[in-house]
Amino acid sequence: MILIKKGRLLDPMTDRDEVLDVLISGDSIAKIDKNIPGTDADQVINASGLIVAPGLIDVHTHLREPGYEWKETIKTGTMAAARGGFTTVVCMANTDPVNDNKSVTEYIMKKARTEGVVRVLPCGAITKGLKGEDLSEMGEMQQAGAVAVSDDGRSVRNSRLFLTALEYARLFRLAVICHCEDETLSGGVVHEGFASLLTGLDAVPSIAEEIMVQRDIAIARYAGSPVHITHVSTAGSVEIIRGEKERYTKVTCDTCPHYFTLSDEATLTYDTNAKVNPPLRSRADVAAIKEGLRDGTIDIIATDHAPHDAVSKDVEFDLASSGISGLETAFALSLALVHEGVLDLKGLLTKMTANPARLLSLPHGALAAGKPADLIVFSEDAEWTVDKNTFYSKGRNTPFQGLKLRGKNLVTIMGGKIVYSGP
Amino acid sequence: MNWTHKDLLGIRELSREEILYLLDTADSFRDISRRAIKKVPTLRGKTVVTFFYEPSTRTRISFEIAAKRLSADTINISASSSSTVKGETLKDTARNLEAMRPDVIIMRHSMPGAPFMLSRILDSSVINAGDGSHEHPTQALLDLFTMKERKETLDGLRIAIVGDIVHSRVARSNIFALRKFDTEVTCCAPPTMIPPGLEALGVKVTHSLEEAVANKDVIMMLRIQKERGGASTIPSIREYASFYCLNESHLRRAKRDVIVMHPGPMNRGVEISDQVADGPYSVILNQVENGVAVRMAVLYLLSGGEV
Repeated sequence: MILIKKGRLLDPMTDRDEVLDVLISGDSIAKIDKNIPGTDADQVINASGLIVAPGLIDVHTHLREPGYEWKETIKTGTMAAARGGFTTVVCMANTDPVNDNKSVTEYIMKKARTEGVVRVLPCGAITKGLKGEDLSEMGEMQQAGAVAVSDDGRSVRNSRLFLTALEYARLFRLAVICHCEDETLSGGVVHEGFASLLTGLDAVPSIAEEIMVQRDIAIARYAGSPVHITHVSTAGSVEIIRGEKERYTKVTCDTCPHYFTLSDEATLTYDTNAKVNPPLRSRADVAAIKEGLRDGTIDIIATDHAPHDAVSKDVEFDLASSGISGLETAFALSLALVHEGVLDLKGLLTKMTANPARLLSLPHGALAAGKPADLIVFSEDAEWTVDKNTFYSKGRNTPFQGLKLRGKNLVTIMGGKIVYSGP
Repeated sequence: MNWTHKDLLGIRELSREEILYLLDTADSFRDISRRAIKKVPTLRGKTVVTFFYEPSTRTRISFEIAAKRLSADTINISASSSSTVKGETLKDTARNLEAMRPDVIIMRHSMPGAPFMLSRILDSSVINAGDGSHEHPTQALLDLFTMKERKETLDGLRIAIVGDIVHSRVARSNIFALRKFDTEVTCCAPPTMIPPGLEALGVKVTHSLEEAVANKDVIMMLRIQKERGGASTIPSIREYASFYCLNESHLRRAKRDVIVMHPGPMNRGVEISDQVADGPYSVILNQVENGVAVRMAVLYLLSGGEV
């Protein structure tokens, strides 16, 4: 039994915010109360001055296994997740082979059980091979453990097929996660704006994303199906989603820390660590993303953790792989929203615990007796400096190297076990 | 003035004073190329490598002649003969080059930023000889040198830059350079060849060639960058030429002493008529000649020289 003493317990799902003790027995929470005696506990964690919250849930992670184990494995990716405060991660389907059938889903589930340190929930492909031609066997993937489907990395270009996918996914209560990108407009490597004017890099206009956001929601509304737009990056997308939510309640969306932390100015030095898809946008977009988070248009903060080996980034900007290794910096970068006053702490945690749990209909993301003991203990104010060389992730591709951050996860407990504990 | 830059990656990083200093230095080198014995010992014992990932005739030869006239040893590497075809990364190729201790590496690459990457890896000086649609600093310097030669001062000049601006590193470098002086720069092309928000660089934009050339001191014509997709921004070369080919009637709208420039290679009959290219206002071959002097100055200053 683990006893967490005197922490400020903050749980958006049960709407609790007070200093309480938490007793964990086995894999679940036994009791939440004032002054629980430590007599039966094997371990007591003094959380005085710290915050106890549900473990974070990331709806958008790339674990790279199977197929790209030199970039990341389920083991290293989940270690990074635990360090970052995540107790559940949803892993995207663009592995090799693609997770478009139950045998790949089963492989991931088995690896996660034996080597993973946090919960891994696979996201299957919408279409076979992510090719946008034929539906993958979603039902069997769901039975094997998948909780969502996505062709992340691209949109399902064929609108009829996307409509069919939305209708079919509903049968198995699978969340449909949409990467929105009109490929006929997106042949570039950075955002089209002032920075691209200076660098001469091939640029992607914001409308490449916005057109597909609008289309995907229109199709979902027609189908009456829920739809989730991932990694929203432009002011236009925020505006579209804000308007659509008024008419249609089954729309949700997420953004990632880099879209509210960095602008396209980070690409002025041709730093390939700032190459990501969708690309880093203008300062005005960054402000709009923050406003979308503040007013509730954006429901969830995800990481889009996209680890890469050094060689994939240590090349010409045009040739570099897209993506940021984000699991170990996401929470602290998001806490900056609280320090800046964009969100209060409860609002932030809602976007990283309760809302992701609702999207995926998970029993996690809440602190109550009988619930799975997935929780974190963190400091809102502890300062630290990002050092990629200490990452648990194999992916050292971060544009935040050397950045001083405020707020730090200290203890991660998943299923009643301490899976991370750090200074 | 002390030259403090290790590399010449772009014009954007230079100050007005540094540009003028460089042009003055070039001026002092120009006579060398007009002597019977066109060689001085200034860079004797230095090794200059031209490292071209993209085809080039004029720029590469200009650099090589500049280096040789300063007595540097020159080695030329092109993409087809380099290890890139064997799958080596730019970083590894660069490190291997560095191990042979060159003093200056002159790089051309089809991808923007490649010389920046090189400069971060290497202790040698890196000169950007054109990186994708980004910059071509020595071209802008030789263009400014030519303008200054003809007009004495850059301040007060009215310049039109006409053509495939969106894909043109020459346009970018010239805009960055000219806007550090009190100049008026007008960019002209069909809207599809103008990058969105170009005005933010401090230039005017027009789509009419007649309007662009009116009352100008300098008209700079650019070719369509077919290798970067320039041809897909217009219906046909023929139609482009009917609206944007500079001919003698345009020049009558410009200032009486207008000069016409072109970085080459020219597509005669597309962006420039024979009569203009070969006519009295053309300074296109002067640009080429001045290119050698400017590149000698760049090599000299990056190698630590003092005038």
